Amino acid sequence: MSPVDGYGSSNPNLPVDPALTEGRVPDRNPEAIPELHEVDCPPELRQRIEELMSRYPDRHSASIPALWAVQERYGWCTPDGIRQAAAVMRVTPAYLESVASFYDMLHTSPVGTHRIWVCTNISCWMRGADELLEAFKAACEGEEADFYVTGFECLGACDIAPMASIDQRYYGPLEAAEAGVAIEQLRAGAEVLPDKVQLQRPLAGDTPAPGGDSVG
Amino acid sequence: MADPRETRVLLDQAEDPALRTLEGYKRLVGGYSSMENAYRTMEQDEVLSELEDSGLRGRGGAGFSMGKKASFLPRGEMQKYLCCNADESEPGAFKDRELMQRNPHQLIEGIAIAALAADAGHAFIFIRGEYNDQANILDRAVAEAYEAGYLGTNILGTHRDLELVVHRGAGAYICGEETALLDALEGKRGNPRLKPPFPAVQGLYGGPTLINNVETLSNVPRIVARGADWFRGFGTEQSPGTKVVSISGRVRRPGNYEVELGISTRELIYGLAGGPLPGRAVKAFFPGGSSSPVLTAAEGLDLPYSFEAMAEAGSMLGSGSIIVADDRVSIPQLALRTARFYHHESCGKCTPCREGTNWTTKMLERVVRGEATPMDLDIIASVQQNIIGHCLCVLGDSMAMPVGAMVRKFRAEFEEVIETAGGVDPHTVVAPPPGILGATL
Repeated sequence: MSPVDGYGSSNPNLPVDPALTEGRVPDRNPEAIPELHEVDCPPELRQRIEELMSRYPDRHSASIPALWAVQERYGWCTPDGIRQAAAVMRVTPAYLESVASFYDMLHTSPVGTHRIWVCTNISCWMRGADELLEAFKAACEGEEADFYVTGFECLGACDIAPMASIDQRYYGPLEAAEAGVAIEQLRAGAEVLPDKVQLQRPLAGDTPAPGGDSVG
Repeated sequence: MADPRETRVLLDQAEDPALRTLEGYKRLVGGYSSMENAYRTMEQDEVLSELEDSGLRGRGGAGFSMGKKASFLPRGEMQKYLCCNADESEPGAFKDRELMQRNPHQLIEGIAIAALAADAGHAFIFIRGEYNDQANILDRAVAEAYEAGYLGTNILGTHRDLELVVHRGAGAYICGEETALLDALEGKRGNPRLKPPFPAVQGLYGGPTLINNVETLSNVPRIVARGADWFRGFGTEQSPGTKVVSISGRVRRPGNYEVELGISTRELIYGLAGGPLPGRAVKAFFPGGSSSPVLTAAEGLDLPYSFEAMAEAGSMLGSGSIIVADDRVSIPQLALRTARFYHHESCGKCTPCREGTNWTTKMLERVVRGEATPMDLDIIASVQQNIIGHCLCVLGDSMAMPVGAMVRKFRAEFEEVIETAGGVDPHTVVAPPPGILGATL
């Protein structure tokens, strides 16, 4: 094995993305499965992951649900959380890291408490998604610890375009001005845009014409 | 209220929130009677032949005969699996979300009957992680079905067992591809597998696996209850049945509409969805989600909305999702959005897709920045040609087909963007060194 630098790269001249390396210890043996007594896994998390594993014919199938559980507990997939899940699942942390880094909804670096995904795909874009994303970003500027705002690929709610998923619930169709309202409600701990919840909508109905006349 | 032009079968009583509960499903639409009948009185082959005779075609995109797919599963003692593909991530598609959140038991009943046809003992609903509310609704419905004895062991006293697990994904379009879905369900990164072997022979955990879309499976209870002939009474010869069509984009009433296949496309866009926004005109539309080659208004509006008519027009019905672009939408920008999505979602396993989506995006960015030359359009077109058919799965093709169609059909618009914004005289472009661009140009 070639010698590695502090970030795990064999070429120390390569640029390093801190988001991918923060808190990670690259010189640990990638083949080792941590023992439970080494990781200090909270009993509830352990119990949850064991319950998840029991639902599948093969325990590996529980890796995504287990990472969800880690993220729920720690806010993101922390290196320690991943080691704990790996110890319970009897897999290597590297294996779970590889899974976590593949999926957009699992975070391998810290993100804000409230998660806001604004769909910017075709249908939403044609109805003003870019403006909506900008409005969300502007409404919580400087509060990255509380709010994580990002454009997201198609969320499967083109009927309520432009839309956003706020803390895993769909809202739309949204006007750019409603971004500030939603952020304010989140800050106050109030119910978010109650009349814009996707679940409450009729099958198909009149949607207000999008703001702005031109696209592209 | 349902529009008279709709034919609501799957969405029957869907406005009633009580339909989400097992009690409501039984009371409002006679739910689970089809499953009871199938489990108590029908053999595996009877269910299979009913499904095959109905001509039900997969509603996830490929449009393959569902009964035929189920019949490909080998017989024998080995453990077989059923996966419901609820990873609806195709831009423009939102019908499965509606079907799951409004009528989860219809899907569960369909899964139970399909499991009988496939002789599967384990079933999974792979739902995209973003559909949190819908996954919670399914979780509750599955718990109800277990409690009522429609799932679990010794179902309805027939000595048949079926375990059903709702499995949440974590955000990756590629997991809607059936073999990537299997990898994700096995707890890996969602990379597609080489086919063959097809999942029907070797799928989840190496066992024979039937994978069907939510809408396909939701059709099963009624087909088995009322018979293949009843189902064939809807739609066309080659596209029987009804279809929940998602219409979105620049129309007045975006939403899901359930219609008989074969209805005119104009009726869908202008009638049900209310037509383009005031003062605008339809320019082009994707007939089957963002993966389908766009059709111009002149080409597509008067076609019947069916698998065969869309294929004949050089596009596809896909998942049945119409995205409408009007005369205000810039096609180069639309092409860029489309390409960017596939670039982001490419899993990176196959080079033509990983590199092709990347470079197509970069070139289209150059086009809209006004830095491209008309020759770039030829390069874009040739890149698309070199992706199609060269990867393990069709994700790359799904970009290549619509982007290729846009460049072909709206070339004048691309050229206009290049010439007006770029200010580069196309005749002064230096030719690239030979061999770099390939002979396909």
